Amino acid sequence: MRLGLMAVPCVFFAVFFAYPVAAIVARGLRSEGAWHLAGFGEVLTDSGIRHVLWFTTWQALASTALTLLIALPGAYVFARFQFPGKQLLRAVVTVPFVLPTVVVGTAFLAVLGRGGLLDDLWGVRLDTTVWAILLAHVFFNYAVVVRTVGGLWAGLDPRQEEAARMLGASRLAAWRRITLPALGPAVAAAALMVFLFTFTSFGVVLILGGPTFATLEVEIYRQTAQSLALDTAAVLTLVQFAAVGCVLAVHAWTVRRRESALRLVDPATTARRPSGAGQWALLGAVLVTVLLLLVVPLSVLVARSFDTAQGYGFGYYRELASADGGAFLVPPVEAIGNSLQYALAATAIALVVGGLAAAALTLTRGRSRPGRLVRGFDALLMLPLGVSAVTVGFGFLISLDEPPLDLRTSWILVPLAQALVGVPFVVRTMLPVLRAVDGRLREAAAVLGASPWQVWREVDFPLVRRALYVAAGFAFAVSLGEFGATVFIAQPDRPTLPVAVTTLLGRPGDLNYGQAMALSTLLMLVCAVCLLLLERSRTDRTGEF
Amino acid sequence: MAEQHFGLLGLDDISVRFGGHQALDGVSLDVAEREIVCVLGPSGSGKSTLLRVVAGLQEADAGRVLLDGRDQRGVPAHRRGVGLMFQDHQLFPQRDVAGNVAFGPRMHKVARPERERRVEELLDLVGLPGAGARAVSSLSGGEQQRVALARALAPNPRLLMLDEPLGQLDRSLRERLVVELRQLFGELGTTVLAVTHDQGEAFALADRVVVMRDGRIAQSGTPLEVWQRPADAFVARFLGFDNVVAATVSGEVADTVWGKVPVPAGTAAGEAWILVRPTGVRLVHADEGLPCVVAARTFRGTHVAVTLRPQDGPPVDAACPLRDAPEVGRTVGVAFDASEVVPLASTAPTASTTATASN
Repeated sequence: MRLGLMAVPCVFFAVFFAYPVAAIVARGLRSEGAWHLAGFGEVLTDSGIRHVLWFTTWQALASTALTLLIALPGAYVFARFQFPGKQLLRAVVTVPFVLPTVVVGTAFLAVLGRGGLLDDLWGVRLDTTVWAILLAHVFFNYAVVVRTVGGLWAGLDPRQEEAARMLGASRLAAWRRITLPALGPAVAAAALMVFLFTFTSFGVVLILGGPTFATLEVEIYRQTAQSLALDTAAVLTLVQFAAVGCVLAVHAWTVRRRESALRLVDPATTARRPSGAGQWALLGAVLVTVLLLLVVPLSVLVARSFDTAQGYGFGYYRELASADGGAFLVPPVEAIGNSLQYALAATAIALVVGGLAAAALTLTRGRSRPGRLVRGFDALLMLPLGVSAVTVGFGFLISLDEPPLDLRTSWILVPLAQALVGVPFVVRTMLPVLRAVDGRLREAAAVLGASPWQVWREVDFPLVRRALYVAAGFAFAVSLGEFGATVFIAQPDRPTLPVAVTTLLGRPGDLNYGQAMALSTLLMLVCAVCLLLLERSRTDRTGEF
Repeated sequence: MAEQHFGLLGLDDISVRFGGHQALDGVSLDVAEREIVCVLGPSGSGKSTLLRVVAGLQEADAGRVLLDGRDQRGVPAHRRGVGLMFQDHQLFPQRDVAGNVAFGPRMHKVARPERERRVEELLDLVGLPGAGARAVSSLSGGEQQRVALARALAPNPRLLMLDEPLGQLDRSLRERLVVELRQLFGELGTTVLAVTHDQGEAFALADRVVVMRDGRIAQSGTPLEVWQRPADAFVARFLGFDNVVAATVSGEVADTVWGKVPVPAGTAAGEAWILVRPTGVRLVHADEGLPCVVAARTFRGTHVAVTLRPQDGPPVDAACPLRDAPEVGRTVGVAFDASEVVPLASTAPTASTTATASN
């Protein structure tokens, strides 16, 4: 039964993930029937590559530290304070996370770059410094920390701290000895997620990094697409793979620890209005941070899209409807339709694959500790988050090109690649909810005469339906913004929104820049609408993101 | 167990092991048609596991489950045709009351009009007429209890099992519901296998009581039999009788650490354990009988429970009329009535048996 459920995800991963990645690695490391592993030594001793490795690691560490520093007060405020507009603010905070990296990069370019907001006001430009990248990473991952840590924090019973204080602990000691240890695993998990996202950062660094800064992922892209140095790219892919594998192993460990017996209470009962100057000041500081860090870049992006040479207007948007710009074979506006179509198909695939995987992982619960096989399966599902999307995209091109799997000319190729990134989100969203379904409810249904299939339809499905919507929303947004793989496999006459934005940014002239801003705004709008729908159906326990 | 004749439900030498823990150890049990059997035991004695094995939710490592004489090995839970009312009800939160009750018939493909009729009938039966459209979350504990019962009865199970049926309810409600349940099962002719740790509940509900200890059956009999003649010291202590003492019986007198205690005629001679019911402990003048100091007094409504500490041996519990209870610290004499002395099987009361009877 469990093996049956696991079969579909396993086959999907084997054919559309392992095979293409293996194919491209083999292409790079193997010629004339022999493996060339000497390439490892050469690549890893190359000073340029070592610089990339060093930069990738330290910027990820710095981004993670900075994100925690800025977002933890936010997590506290969301967990413990009740204030008007909290729902709206929660949605605003989450928008960046589902935004395509390309849009994030573009938005920061509009604030920090040449002719950007800071340049106009004070003549300050940060786009050539590492600060632009770090701030964009904070922008992108703020929601990860607020949601992961804040979600748990809100569920911690304040009476635990009160009990400690009755036993003679000071306010600080109670926090340090009771709350902090309870939060520890959640903070660690959030930090690891942020580290993972920033370690493999692509779109943001590609746009904001300029020629000086490159992460592994960007370097793989350059080696593959620009230098056609597949051997170097293959080595780098394996290096990134190993690094990500380590991070995921640690992540799996902290998640297991986090599931250990914490008694959680209804978050609604733990939040109250801030009282006293200190708490109001904290709330104010968090609001200002959100405003400066999250709202300003997005607003500037929108403003720029209307700021044409002839004054404010829809000029750039009108331009999107014509193919005269020369950047594409088709009017850029068609990218919207392409993106929506691809993302819908990718969502459907991700829901089927991820849903089956989550169901398979839940089945093993009730009995005993999950076995090694199941934990391995769980980890496998997370891998696409860390494997170079560029590699996957290029792997698709070179491996799915002959019968019976000749998909090069098929439009389904793009959704397949996008679904790979969506699956981890679906699994992580569904799993906690499925696991929270009391096993005895299923038993009650079985004793009343429900077959296993009827049990799923009658008990599980109604309870997880909302989580399913949330998972679909995430998968949709992630597919919509997927860039690393799509940039390789999208056909030139059918670009997606992020691909079109990048193409426009890569070309000179105000018109192209303006159109990039306009397209980004549209992309952001689609994502925001998607997120608002998702917020409405949000339950208290919807996953780890 | 030698007999091969089984009733509606037959358990034949069932064993279940969880890791190193033996949850059920060779349990054999027979439930006849229309019989109400109540399994009584402290938590951890394997009662719930027993129900899960019968329901098909837990596989037995050894032994057979027979329903109507047919071996149930390999038959999944949903095809066994037994009902189980869970300890905490496990009502489906996303369905209203009628949706919960109708669930079983729906799974058995009963047509809608028939189903609706059945729901109405059952809600009447459990005393919740017209509650069909109410949300499960709006029900009180007692109401949830009734809905869970109606839901379990709805598919007409040949055997109804109840896991701590009244465990979470307050005392007065519990006492009322026990009487109602017994009446109801009598009218419907339902065969019932219930488990509980509450002896009052078990005695009030059951035709037959089965006391379990550490995965084994310690005693089986009518409530009266079990109450009057606990099989061993464990059962006696679980029923709340603590005056258990080692004795050497010769004729109609037993020699104990409390001195000579009269025993009923016909008691086998030799080493034994005996139980003296608190009602059989008489307080007499200090220089007659066993001298004891009054250690504690507890008001019990109809009588006062007095704990007496003799110079040697375990404390003696006595039940005194309200007016005659002595002050704490006084020294009194104790005498025993042969009619309230029960010889027990020779198993020694161990540490684990004295720590039980949590209520």
